[in-house]
Parts: sequence; structure tokens; C-alpha cells
Amino acid sequence: MVKQKQETANQPDNTAFTQQRLPAWQPIISAGIVIPGFLIIGLAFIGIGVALFVTSQSIQVLEMDYTGVDKTSPCNRCTDPNVKSCLCQMDFSIDTLFKGPVFFYYGLSNYYQNFRKYGVSIDYNQLFGDLSYFTSPSEKCSPYQYDNNNNPIVPCGAMANSMFSDTFKLFQIVNGTNKEVPLDGKGIAWWTDSNIKYRNPSVTPLQMAFNNTVKPLLWANPAYQLDPADANNNGFINQDFLVWMRRAALPNFRKLYRRITSGDYTQGLPAGNYTLQIAYNYPVLSFGGRKTVVFSNVSWMGGKNDFLGIAYLVIGSMCIIMSIVMLIVYAKFRFSEEE
Amino acid sequence: MLRRLNRLLGGDERRVDSRTIYVGRQPGSTNEAFIPPKFCDNRIVSSKYTVWNFLPKNLFEQFRRIANFYFLIIFLVQVIVDTPTSPVTSGLPLFFVITVTAIKQGYEDWLRHKADYEVNKYRVTVLEDGRRISKESEKIKVGDVVEVVEDETFPCDLILLQSSRDDGTCFVTTASLDGESNHKTHYTVPDIEKDLEMLCATIECEQPQPDLYKFVGRMQIYRNNQESVVRSLGPENLLLKGATLKNTKKICGVAVYTGMETKMALNYQGKSQKRSAVEKSINAFLLVYLCILLSKALVCTTLKYVWQSKPGQDEPWYNEKTPREKETNLYLKMFTDFLSFMVLFNFIIPVSMYVTVEMQKFLGSLFITWDKDFFDPEIKEGALVNTSDLNEELGQVEYVFTDKTGTLTQNNMEFIECCIDGFQYTYRDTASELDGFCVTDGPVSKLPQKASTEREELFLRALCLCHTVQVKEPTEQDQGQGGGLLDQVDGLGVDGEVLQPPQEEKGFIASSPDEIALVKGAVRYGFTFLGLENKVMKILNRNKDVEMYELLHVLNFDPVRRRMSVIVRSRSGDTLLFCKGADASIFPRVRQEEVERIRMHVDRNAKEGYRTLCVAYKYLSAEEYAQADAGLREARLALQDREEKLMAVYNQVETGMSLIGATAVEDRLQEEAAETMESLQGAGIKIWVLTGDKMETAKSTCYACRLFQRNTELLELTVRTLEDGRMRREARLHELLIEYHKKAVQDVPPGVTRSWCSDSQDYGFIIDGASLSMVLNCSHESNSSLYKNLFLQICQNCTAVLCCRMAPLQKAQIVKMVKNSKGSPITLSIGDGANDVSMILEAHVGIGIKGKEGRQAVRNSDYAIPKLKHLKKLLLAHGHLYYVRIAHLVQYFFYKNLCFILPQFLYQFFCGYSQQPLYDAAYLTMYNICFTSMPILAYSLLEQHICIDVLLENATLYRAIAKNAMLRWGPFIKWTLQGVFHGLVFFFGVRYLFSNPALQNNGQVFGNWSYGTIVFTVLVFTVTLKLALDTRHWTWLNHFVIWGSLAFYVVFSFFWGGIIWPFLSQQRLCSVFAKMLSSLSVWLVIILLILLSLLPEILLVVFRNPFAPRPRQLSEDSLLHSSRQQQLSHHCPTST
Repeated sequence: MVKQKQETANQPDNTAFTQQRLPAWQPIISAGIVIPGFLIIGLAFIGIGVALFVTSQSIQVLEMDYTGVDKTSPCNRCTDPNVKSCLCQMDFSIDTLFKGPVFFYYGLSNYYQNFRKYGVSIDYNQLFGDLSYFTSPSEKCSPYQYDNNNNPIVPCGAMANSMFSDTFKLFQIVNGTNKEVPLDGKGIAWWTDSNIKYRNPSVTPLQMAFNNTVKPLLWANPAYQLDPADANNNGFINQDFLVWMRRAALPNFRKLYRRITSGDYTQGLPAGNYTLQIAYNYPVLSFGGRKTVVFSNVSWMGGKNDFLGIAYLVIGSMCIIMSIVMLIVYAKFRFSEEE
Repeated sequence: MLRRLNRLLGGDERRVDSRTIYVGRQPGSTNEAFIPPKFCDNRIVSSKYTVWNFLPKNLFEQFRRIANFYFLIIFLVQVIVDTPTSPVTSGLPLFFVITVTAIKQGYEDWLRHKADYEVNKYRVTVLEDGRRISKESEKIKVGDVVEVVEDETFPCDLILLQSSRDDGTCFVTTASLDGESNHKTHYTVPDIEKDLEMLCATIECEQPQPDLYKFVGRMQIYRNNQESVVRSLGPENLLLKGATLKNTKKICGVAVYTGMETKMALNYQGKSQKRSAVEKSINAFLLVYLCILLSKALVCTTLKYVWQSKPGQDEPWYNEKTPREKETNLYLKMFTDFLSFMVLFNFIIPVSMYVTVEMQKFLGSLFITWDKDFFDPEIKEGALVNTSDLNEELGQVEYVFTDKTGTLTQNNMEFIECCIDGFQYTYRDTASELDGFCVTDGPVSKLPQKASTEREELFLRALCLCHTVQVKEPTEQDQGQGGGLLDQVDGLGVDGEVLQPPQEEKGFIASSPDEIALVKGAVRYGFTFLGLENKVMKILNRNKDVEMYELLHVLNFDPVRRRMSVIVRSRSGDTLLFCKGADASIFPRVRQEEVERIRMHVDRNAKEGYRTLCVAYKYLSAEEYAQADAGLREARLALQDREEKLMAVYNQVETGMSLIGATAVEDRLQEEAAETMESLQGAGIKIWVLTGDKMETAKSTCYACRLFQRNTELLELTVRTLEDGRMRREARLHELLIEYHKKAVQDVPPGVTRSWCSDSQDYGFIIDGASLSMVLNCSHESNSSLYKNLFLQICQNCTAVLCCRMAPLQKAQIVKMVKNSKGSPITLSIGDGANDVSMILEAHVGIGIKGKEGRQAVRNSDYAIPKLKHLKKLLLAHGHLYYVRIAHLVQYFFYKNLCFILPQFLYQFFCGYSQQPLYDAAYLTMYNICFTSMPILAYSLLEQHICIDVLLENATLYRAIAKNAMLRWGPFIKWTLQGVFHGLVFFFGVRYLFSNPALQNNGQVFGNWSYGTIVFTVLVFTVTLKLALDTRHWTWLNHFVIWGSLAFYVVFSFFWGGIIWPFLSQQRLCSVFAKMLSSLSVWLVIILLILLSLLPEILLVVFRNPFAPRPRQLSEDSLLHSSRQQQLSHHCPTST
């Protein structure tokens, strides 16, 4: 009895796992599966690709550079750093109806919002409404932490400080008079940014929270006065501020400025002449940047982007070509095998 | 500490060749001022750490590993320099690895401490001033007289002074030392006072040395008013610490070596670490990746400063520098930038790879121990894994060096026949034969004849006397046996009576199974050895009389002399010397006219694969004996060069003998030895048999194992062929080597040499020890290397090589030579005895067989298996799979980290070289730990790209992975290119998508963290799905882990972005993942990029399939072959 026990103690377990005999599925990628598979994938991709490409082509885009590098450009005079609160106008015309809703973007190029130091120069505790950080901003905000009089800057940091400050007004020229196109600034930032990620301090009026602090050096108005028209669009949940604070991935980027959805323009911008009035504040020439405005409508896939459609078409056709090549090779192989 | 101090103190003593130990009362006035010499105490310290030095010492040892050190440096850089990622990202994994390792090592050391404590605090009895005192074992001093009772282990190395047995012997087993469980006899020092209290002596003996079987000493006993008496001490007087006393009530001994100086402790010095070829490959790849890392950092740093030199780029107004940054020295800035880039890209060399590899090896080795095919019901043991570092090496073996006796053969000796005076006597075991024992025709005379009875009896007496066999403890059965034998034993088959097999229960104990076989053989012929008592050997002869012989001397067997002798005195007063040994060592020492008759039999027997021994005797005259006796005694007392002196006396005594006969003992082949060898050869492994045995015997074993086939042409380089040519041996050697080289190497067309299955001529090569030493130690320096090269080249082109008459050291020499030859092939040594230890240690992989010759080979091996036949599965199945698994693991790890970091590198070109990480810190840290580690671990444990039964049936599959096929630069570059391709696809795919960052139908734009998260999602999915494509064997675990990992990634990402984490200083990933998935374009791009990345992979698999559909076809073929094995189809469902 004891002996038997010993025997079993020494003997290895006879389970499927220990004996490496677990039941297993052994898929084999053979031409028989792959050729039809490729064919199906290829067809599906071409289908998607055509849909994407057509959609992308149907999107209307109007892009205008208003940096004013050119001497003839209307904004050329504003490029002089000494000129303060400069206004310039860009005239353009639309031949056919620009289908709505029309989205109004501003674009910057050669602008590195993705600099590492720029990106970390921010104090989330401030932006989350924590008053204790209003008086002592995070070290990371340096050199935009305190002003020359050692007053704490709120919101601190390079990112907030460099918020885009050009403003635009769009007029349609109807019978020689300027008719202002209403621009909608609601919902241009992520919903989660304004409702979860950023918060104003729970102090009313909001201005009280900003006692003993100064606004960022380049700002015209303090944070609590960003939008004089809408009291709920102030502080850290101001839509323009939130749009700016979402760092762009690449040095050439565009950000949503306004939407044209209301009034006579619900259907889009009708054909006609337009004037864009620009309050030119934001310097970009010092680092070789450009500023643009972009009018675009969007589809289910977002803004105009031919890349996806073309990529799908190319890969779809590659799959089909491959399946044909494989078919030939396979047939030959089979043939020779039968011999 | 203490040990070290002792070492220091012992420094002076160490230079002296011997140590002197005083036993009992000091011989007072005869000695001048007595200073007791200092020896170390009897404390055993096997632990490495103490509580105090554990932390620093363990940390120091861990950081000596280059990888750990590298990560420490990266961590420190992150702490000191302002770097893009927080120190936590690399500190946490490192901390984890270090802690786990430290805990493991600490636990192991704690176990050692506990074991040490148990040993050191064990109560022992010490005789002091005539009283018996109980002491703790660690307090024993050199010179103490210790009492040990039955079944106790000896607390230190003792010289046996007194035994409770009458004959002054005691029995011990050394199972815990060398694993031999048979009883060994040790002898008391002769003529010692019964009263140990009165004993007063000095012992001079050599300094401690690790050889378990060597001891030289001299004991000087002082008696009151008498001249001192000198006794020689040898290993037979020494009881080793760790051995156990058996069959003896109690003994007393004096401690000579204590504590760390005992032979056991000296033998526990760590084995040298063997490193596998895979590890070398890993290190080479690591270097490449380190270079990639450095060059990436260098490129980025350079470009950064080139880029910044353009106006306005360095410090745009929106991103001004702090005053401190402005003041920093330019070169310092460059340097810190370089370090920052290093930190940013350091994930390319992951800590987790080391952890995963270690885990894979450890867990993987369990499958070997668990394998029930390795379980041997006879010894009730399975395989043993001593090191898990070499699992994959089992799949890379090119040369197998195997011992013959006990490895290829069973070492289960059976007496087959003998030849007396040229007449052959065969004993047939089968009862069906009429004559159990008959005289068959010797080639000498055509007529059935037999030798004179006198010679027969002399021969049998020699067999009965000339050995060191002991009879197992006398029991009541012993008495009965004597009676029983009387009935059984009969004449030498004269009257053709069926001889019943002698009682097998009659136990004999001997160090070598040959001796037992011979004694048992003698029993069959009517001479029974009854045992040795008080130096008197008793034999029961054919006439049922008990003959008594006084045993005067035993001239022990040693491998150099290859013979042993005894000198006995018969009742009639004749002094006889009986000698038995190998033919080559006996023939020159006997009268030449007797040789020829016997030689024929010996040669024929050897050819049949039997082990032969020759037996000779001589009468010693009184003067001769006196001379020999004096010589032997003198030599035995010598402290220095005792061996040499003894040898000289032995050689002097063993001359002028007359040959009586020869014996043949069969050693059966191991189960499935031939099949195993055949499949190993089929696997492209070259097999070398290294044996100490005779050429003919070994050759026949080779034929029996099918190492040599009928059509194999044998190239012999032995003493015999060397002497044929009537030339000087060296010239002949030269000639032969050139000739064989021409045959085996030059005449073979170059393409054919590699293929084993071609119809070209097979060659087998035979060399013996003497010729080998000529090849290796040639007198001319220039020739020496030439010969070596020729020899190696010949051997490499032979299917099998047989090296016979090898000394253990020569075996190791050969292994070393092959190991270091061109291409440094992977070698494997397999053996079962102590004589194989040197080659087991020398080879890349050492395998011990749990055989009969003790456990020394097993202890020193890397893997131990019960039987030779298990080698086949160990190599062909386990080795193959482990190699494929770990090779894939390593390549995959490098690949996945390359395509992980490459987008991050490319991103630097788009962010002004500002070290902006592309991925969030959580992703950087968790990528290797959580998201992608489990699938590859599961793969590397469970993958069977070809199932085990197919691997075993088709040995040729083993060749597919030979020469490190999956870890050479070719595959490495393939994987690297794949990684680069994937990295480029991930990054630029998303880059073009982001040329318009408005990706939703509400017109909102995505930012940089969305960018990184999309890349990361594609990355995790592609990398995991690639592994899924590579997986050929999907068990439920694979499914669970692969799909589980992906699901975990998705869930984690939702969770990570879905909550405001209070401990984070920024919430940059807040809702990024959810937002990302709400965009249709992102879905489309993820699908597109994953498919694009995997397309080449799928194509490769498909295009490989029609042209080389080996695994599948093979498995189908084998299914057809073994369709009756229903079980197989369960595990290898190959049909689609």
C-alpha cells in the first residue's frame, strides 16, 4: 500500500496539460482559404474605398491664407509688429451653394504645439478649479508662472499664454451692403473637455476667484471675460480656450473656430461675394508660420481627406491582384503535382 | 566572515603539504613546546548571505547583470535629467524584476540557512578524557574522537579507529555524496588499543582536497615505553562527512577534516555556468539594438541642433525658455538632450524580455519533469532538470558523445563463457538446452576436449579469490544456502546434468558489476565464494569442502593498470598471486607461449561484443613474497607520491605470471538503443562513442546500435594499424591521417558532404586512446595542429566515430576539441558513471543517466533521464519545440519593441525634436508588461508548430532548425525589417489621416494624444494578431490569452480615459479613447493599417505553403501510417 503511494507520488501527473497534449485547433493557412479570402477582402475594400473617395470628393473646402506675407495681400500692413489692433479684410466669392452646415476653421503652420516643454507647461489643478493653485502655480509653467511683479498667472503656462487671438467676422455682400453671417461658437470643443476635464472654481461671481492673480501676459482679457456675450462661456470652459488647449498632433494644423448653422445660412453659404473681417493679433512670421482660414463642410467621415479612400482602393486592388496571382501559381502547382 | 578569517589564518598552513593532528594525550616531554595547530571549526556554511549583507550583496550581484545595470542607468538618468517620461515608467518594471529576484534568492538562501542550522546544531557524542560528552556538531574540533551509531551520518571526515564489528570493519553508504547506495566497507586502523582513552597518536595527512576517493595519511601511535608504531592510512580508513553508517552498531573515529574543509563541502563548490547559444544570440541582437538606440538618439540630437540653428525655431515667442535653460552650457544641453532621447527610446530594449525568457525557461523545463514518457517504472523516477537555462540547446545538438557501458549498454553483466587453457566453456542460460554448461568446439581443436580438471579448478579458484566482492550480511538463509548448494553444484557438465540456476538471492556487493558477474559465474561452475572473515577468504569447492585462504594483499584495480591482483596463502602454505585484467595488460606479463591459445578466444569474444578479462596466476616463493610484502607496506606508508610508488611495486610483483584463461561477460544493449541512435543520426546528429572499453567490444556494440552499418567503411587509427607499417609510429600516423583525409574529405564532392541521406559512401572512424594522445600531443608543434585539423575534418565527415580505450580526461579533451572546432558546434555528452563527469561538464549540454554506476553523473549533469531511449524524445521533441519557442520569443520581442518605438522616433521629426512622447506614459509602461507579454509567453510554452508525435517519427525535421537556424542574422534581419515596415505603416498611416484632423461628423478636431492612441491601438492589435498568425497550435489557453489581452487593452483604455485620476497631475488621456472610437474614419484606418501590416505575413505563409507544405503533409502522412493510433488524431487535427 505504502509502496503504491510512493509510486504515484513520483510519477508525473498524467494530465493533458502536463503532457503537452491539450486539445488544440491547428489552423492551416492554405491557398484554398486565402484566395477567396483575399478576393472578398479586396472587393470589400474597393467598395469602402469608392464610398470614401466619393464622399471625400463631395466635400467642399475653401482655404485662404491671410498671413499677409505678400505685399499685395490685404493683411500685409498688419504684419508689422508695431501696429496695434489691426483690422484687415479678405474678399472672396462663392460660385455655387456651399452646403451647410459649414465649418469655419483657422489653420496654423510651422507652429509646434507639440513641443514637449510647451505641452507640459500647464497646471491642470488650476484648470480643474483648484483655488490653492491659483496663488502658487505649478513649477512646470515656468517661465509663464509669475509675472514681473511676482503675481501668479492664471491660467499659467506657455500653452494658455499663446492662445490664438485673431478674431473673425464674416459678411455676405448683398446688394453692396455687408450682411453679417452669424457664427456659432457652441460645441466646437469636446464635450468632455468642458464638462469633465476642465472646471471653473465654484465661486460666484467667477471674477472673485481670480483675485490677486494676473491674466496671461499676451491675453487681452482675463479668463473670466473671454466671452462677454455668454456668461457660461467664460473661465476655463470657454470653448475657444478648450479648442486651443487640445494640442495639435502635427506642426501644421487647423482648429475649429465657428460653425455656420443659423439664420439664412442653415442650408449653407449661398453663391455670392463675401468679406472676411480679421482682427489681426497673432504674430507668426517670427518663426516662419502661416495663418489660414478654412471653410469646409463635413461628411460622416469628417473633413475632406482623400488619403483614406485612395488607400482603401489601392489595398483592395492589391488584394485582388494577389488573389489572381495566387490562383495562377496555385493552379500551376496543382497541375505539376498531378503530373 | 569566520570562514574568511580561517582562510587567512590557514594561509600559512596551506603551503605545507600535510597537516598534523594530535589525538589523545600529548606525548608530553618528547615534544618541545606544543602549539596546537589551528584548523577551521566544523561549521558548514552553504548560505550566501546573512541578514546584514543580504541587501547590498544581492543588489550588487543583480546589477552585475548587464541588462539590469543598463536599466538602472536609464532610471538614474530619468531621475537626474529632465526627461520626457517619468522615472516611474522604467523604475517600476526594474523594481519589480529586482524585487522578485531578490525574494526568490532570499528564500533559497533561507532554506540553506535552515539546512545549515540543522546540520550544525546536530548533537554528536565526543569522547573527551574518557567521558562521553554530547556536543553540537559545529563544535567538533580536528583531533576530537567522535562516536557515531548506526544510521547516523558522519559529522565530519573521520579516521576510523574502532568499530563495534569484530573484524574491524564498518559499512557505509555514500548515497548523499555520490549517490551510490551500495554498502562500502571501511577498515579500522590496524592494531589500535581497545581503550581509546589511552590512545596517543599523531596523524599526518594531506591537506584537504575535493577528490572523494583519494586520501593519504600516516598515523603514528605512541605506546608507553615503546617505540612508536606507524600505520598507513588510505581512503579505506576515512569516513566522509555526509556518508551514513550502516550495518554497524557504532564506531569511533578521530576528526581529520572539519567544516568547510571536509571533502563534501569542498565538492559543493558551484558548477560553472553554461550559457546557451540562444543567450549568445540574444546578446548579439541586444548589441544591435543598443546601436540602433544610440544612433537614433544621436540622429535626433544632431538634427535637433541643426534644426534649431534656423532663425525662430529654437525659441519661438510662444514657448520661451526659463532663465536657467538659457544659461545652460550648449554642450551640456546637447548631452542632456542625448540622454533624454535615450530615455525616450529605451523601451526598445525591454526589461520584460528577460523576465519572460526566464519564466519561459523555468516553466518550460517543468514539461520535461512532468513528461510521463520519461518515467521509468523500474527506478520509479522521471527526468530531472538541473538547469533550465539550456532547454533550447537540446534542439541544437550536432554532436552526441556517448559513453558505452551503462549508457548504450545496460551495465547488467552476465557471465557468458570462459576459456580455460584454450578450451571454450559456454554456459547457456536457457533451460531448454540440454547441457547447461558444455564444452563447445574451440577453434584450436576440432574434437570436443576440455582442459584438465586441475586447471579448471585453478581457474575457478582464481575467479573466486581475485576480486573485492563482499557477501551481503550473513543471514539465516546463508546457512541454508550452503546446504542447498551442495545439491545443486555438480561437475562441469561432465554428466550432462541440467544445472539449475544458482540462487540469485545470494547477494554480492561490489563496486563493479563485472566482478559480481564473474563470481556468480564461478558459482555456476561449482565454486562458491562464501565471504571474507578476518582476512580469510572461504570458498566452497566442487567437492563441497570449504577451502580457506588467507588474504595477504589486494593490489587494487585502477584504470591505468587495468588489472587487479590478490595475494593469498592457502592452507598448505603456498603463497599465490591471482591476477585478472584486460588482455592488453595481462598478455605482456605472462609467458608468451600461453598467449596464443587464449588470444583467439578473447578476440572472438570481443568481436561479439562481450567484455573479456584474462586470468593469470603465479606462485610466490617465500623470498619473493617477503620482498613484495615489504615493498607494498613501504609504499603504503609513503605520504608523497604514494600512488606512483604503489604502482611501481604492483608492476614489479605482477610479472612472470602464467595465463590460465579468459572470461567473457555480456553487457546487454539498452532498450531501444539502436532505434534511438538511428533516429538521432537521422536528425543529422553525429554520434561519437567514447569508451574506456576495448576496441573490438566497442565496435561490436556500435554495430549492434547500428551506428556502423554493413556498408560503412571503417577507418581505423589504432595502435594496431599504426604498428602495421613497420615504420616509425609517427610517420605511420601521418601517412594514415593523410590517407583517410583524402578518402573521407577530399574525394567527397563538396555538395554531398552535408547531406546525410545521400547514397555516397558512409565512413566510420575508430581511434584509440594511445593514438589520440599522439594526435593531440605530437612532438612537432607544427604537425600537432595539422594532425588535429586532419583528425577533426575526417571525423566531421564520418557518420559515426568510435573512440575506445579513453581515459576520462581524454573524453573531455575530445569534447573540448570538437566544441572549439570551426563553427563551434553544439555538443551533448551523455553518460552514467563517474568517469563521464568530465565530459558531461565539458559539453554544452550534459546528460546523466540514472544508471547503476552511482549518481555522480546525474549530479553533475544538466538533465538526467532514466534511460538512453529517452534521449530521443528529449532532443527531437522537447529540444526542437523549446528551440522554436524561444527563438520565436526572442525575435518577436525585439520585433514588437522595434515597431513600438519606431513611431515614437519618427514623431520626433514632426515635433521639433523636442522628445515629445507619442504614447501616454501608461501605455509606455504597460505595453510590455500587460498588453503584449502574455500571448507570447503562452505561445512560448504551448506552441507545437509540428506536433510531438510527428516530430518523433520524422527525425529529419530536427535538421530544419540546426545551426541556430531561427536566430541567425538572416531571420533576425527579416524580423527587423518587418518591425520597421510595421512601424512605418503605423506612423505614416495615421500621419496622413491627420493631414485633416477633423475626423468626426461634428467637425471637431483630434489632438496629439488621439494621434498616439490610434497608433498604439493599431500597434497592439497588429502585434498580437501577428502572433496569432504565427500560432499553429491553438489551445484554449492561447485563445484565452490572445483575445483576453486585446480585450484587456480595450477595457483598460476605456477605464484609463474614463475617469479623472486624482493622483495624476494631468488628465491628458481623458476620454481620448472613447472619442477616438466614435469616429468612423479612425475605425477604418485601424482596420486598414492592421491589414496592410499583416498582408506580407499572410502572403509569406501562403507562398511558402504550396512550395514546401512539409509540416502539413508530413503530419498527414504519419496519420496514414498510424491511423490505428486513434489517440493521435485527437491531438493533431490536421484536417482543415
